Amino acid sequence: MSTPVLEIEGVSKRFGTTLANDDISLSLAKGEIVALLGENGAGKTTLMSILFGHYMPDSGRVLVNGVELPPGKPRAAIRAGIGMVHQHFALAPNLTVLENVTTGTESLWSLSLRRADARAKLLSISERFGLKVDPDARLGDLSVGEQQRVEILKALYNDARILVLDEPTAVLTQIEAEHLFATLKDMARQGLSLIFISHKLDEVMSTADRVLVLRGGRHVAERKASETSKAELAELMVGRTVERPVREASTPGEIVLEAAGLTVRTGGVDRLKAVDFRLRAGEILGIIGVSGNGQAVLAQLLSGTAQKTSGDILLFGEPVDTLSVADVVSAGIGRIPEDRNREGAIGEMAIWENAVLERLSRFSRHGLVDRRAGMAFSQRIIDAFDVRGGTPGSRIRLLSGGNMQKLILGRNLIERPRILVAAQPARGLDEGAVASVHERILEARRQGTAVLLISEDLDEVMALADRIQAIVGGRLSPPIPADEASARRLGLMMAGEWPDGEAATRQEEVNHAV
Amino acid sequence: MSAIVDIIASAGLWAAVLRIATPLILGTLGALLCERSGVLNLGIEGIMTFGAMIGWLAVYHGADLWTGFAIAALAGALFGLLHAGLTVTLGLSQHVSGLGVTLFASSFSYYVFRLAVPVAGTPPTITPFQPLAIPGLSDLPFVGQAFFTQTPPTYVAILLALFLAYLVFRTPLGLAIRMTGENPHAAEAQGINPMVVRYGAVMAGSALMGMAGAFLTLSAFNSFFPTMVQGRGWICIALVVFASWRPERALLGALLFAFFDGFQLRLQTVLGGAVPYQLFLMIPYILSIAALAVMARRARVPQALMQPYRRGER
Repeated sequence: MSTPVLEIEGVSKRFGTTLANDDISLSLAKGEIVALLGENGAGKTTLMSILFGHYMPDSGRVLVNGVELPPGKPRAAIRAGIGMVHQHFALAPNLTVLENVTTGTESLWSLSLRRADARAKLLSISERFGLKVDPDARLGDLSVGEQQRVEILKALYNDARILVLDEPTAVLTQIEAEHLFATLKDMARQGLSLIFISHKLDEVMSTADRVLVLRGGRHVAERKASETSKAELAELMVGRTVERPVREASTPGEIVLEAAGLTVRTGGVDRLKAVDFRLRAGEILGIIGVSGNGQAVLAQLLSGTAQKTSGDILLFGEPVDTLSVADVVSAGIGRIPEDRNREGAIGEMAIWENAVLERLSRFSRHGLVDRRAGMAFSQRIIDAFDVRGGTPGSRIRLLSGGNMQKLILGRNLIERPRILVAAQPARGLDEGAVASVHERILEARRQGTAVLLISEDLDEVMALADRIQAIVGGRLSPPIPADEASARRLGLMMAGEWPDGEAATRQEEVNHAV
Repeated sequence: MSAIVDIIASAGLWAAVLRIATPLILGTLGALLCERSGVLNLGIEGIMTFGAMIGWLAVYHGADLWTGFAIAALAGALFGLLHAGLTVTLGLSQHVSGLGVTLFASSFSYYVFRLAVPVAGTPPTITPFQPLAIPGLSDLPFVGQAFFTQTPPTYVAILLALFLAYLVFRTPLGLAIRMTGENPHAAEAQGINPMVVRYGAVMAGSALMGMAGAFLTLSAFNSFFPTMVQGRGWICIALVVFASWRPERALLGALLFAFFDGFQLRLQTVLGGAVPYQLFLMIPYILSIAALAVMARRARVPQALMQPYRRGER
């Protein structure tokens, strides 16, 4: 093969005491797609940030077409033809698509913007790669998938020949992701070279030519996609064999929570539109959907922080008009919030304080907090739920994401709640922590807790849930039993395709009858 | 009722409106430029005071009026450098830093003034800018007297508003400034250094604030006294919101406020006997709050306003 278009040679980078990248090398040929596979914290994003000049490496260098790039200079990387598609898009929502794409592409001292030329160039690129977008739309009005298209167009507009995508499917539906990978393959055929960062084995196997596995900041293996298997890659990535638990068959109990025609309107917009669902003791109901489709409001409603506008909620068979947080706590509804750092825990407070906050009245005597009882209670959680890295007295923000989540789970599950509302419980956790969080949720189900699992991860929902409903634009699909669910079918449901009206209702009745 | 009509129909009112508006236009443009890059600059009140003082002092010591203006702008830019150092490089709270700059610059102004000018019964004066009649246009009936016989800085302020509207929306530099105020990470990803953009915008904006102050001593009056800025800086901060961060609307907002102000001054002379004049002083502020409440609801705030930017952090 000819000279590689990109070579990364012996890059190391240290943050404080952690070695984020330890002597990593990588080469990329024209028209090749390389996947960078690794768990959170494996150093993938750090490596790409060095490539793009966001970080200075401690040692090592980057060569494009045999020429060394000056370190720490994003502008030089752009000029050399490297384009970066960030996981958290680097876009400005208040500007138009065209403005987002053209910022910084002309001399800052030129007296006018060449809008007509820019528009023509943008349209021709979007035509060539099949990335349709309206140049004059305000970026914030676009869907996440469209915003990602803009992010890719931005790189191509800068004449990128090497495109780096950081977890590009993290925010996409299944359908959008399939479309994206078709586009990426087409780009490679047209001579572009691509690197994409991922921890999803399926997409790595189906899209990449070559896979580079990183673990703990080190380059542990490199495989051709055609010569490896998912199982091998999983083991290389985690460093040991990890199996996610899968639910076993069970018979659900009585209905504990029922919603009929439930609507929530905030700020003049219907966030939930006449949704129906039934949750039974000892079952897991999966609500699948891409973030931002109303699942946050659903979780808030059941946590007492949002109120319904119309419709009915039956809690243990009793109609409920308003649910305050205090009602929720006393009804025994456990909650795992979507954003554990913002809503689930108070980082600067101690673990024991975080453990007792919602049941403070039980841990107070004569109006004073009973510190000793609180410490003992949190120690019980730490022991029972295998929380590592902290004692009751240490600040909760010092825990890793997985351990913080175990503590939050423990805080809820130790009291055997009748209902558990779990929003994105495994988001951002690595394989080992995902497996243990899943195991805890399944254990709660075995003990008769009714679990409402809100997630955007297909694998998670298919492994855990007994029945699945999709949430799209504030509407809920009728439930389908887990055995009938496939990635394809759920993907369609997440895109809003399900039998409507009467057909759906009948389907649901059939399901309940069975 | 006829008194009110008489006031509005007098060319004198409209001439006064432009005069009153000038420091507001310059100050609002300055604050707007800072905020478009993502930095709130509450140093404005103090920077205007210092600009008023230093511009006047320069002229008092024999400098040309335009040189006085330039010195005020330069002094403003230096306070902008201080504010940018605290908020951009160190990433400190923009509110606290801005209020600090205001308190410091105000006190420093009085101090320098006291050192430079001996205490006297009546404050010393300079010869300020004289009205410049635009040939041809100033001969028009009513309009000529109302709008085309202003002092030169007023024309400069209006031209600057149009220039900034063009700069912000029609040039690559303006786009870079807006992008930095919306999402500095995105700017950086496009090869723009958000730190440099913010320093530049804050210093240029603060220079405009210095000029706004200098107008008070070099054109509107002819002497400096410590309390003369009288909250105009705060009005400018509100006008930025009123203008939805658009320079051409800042011009309109400043003119609207100035109209209320000029109107109440004349109303005082007509109705002054009947009610305490303080009532009239409140009118422009009350009307401004009402206008702000209507306009600001639709405003799109720069998304990264008041967020410090640190490389590599998200």
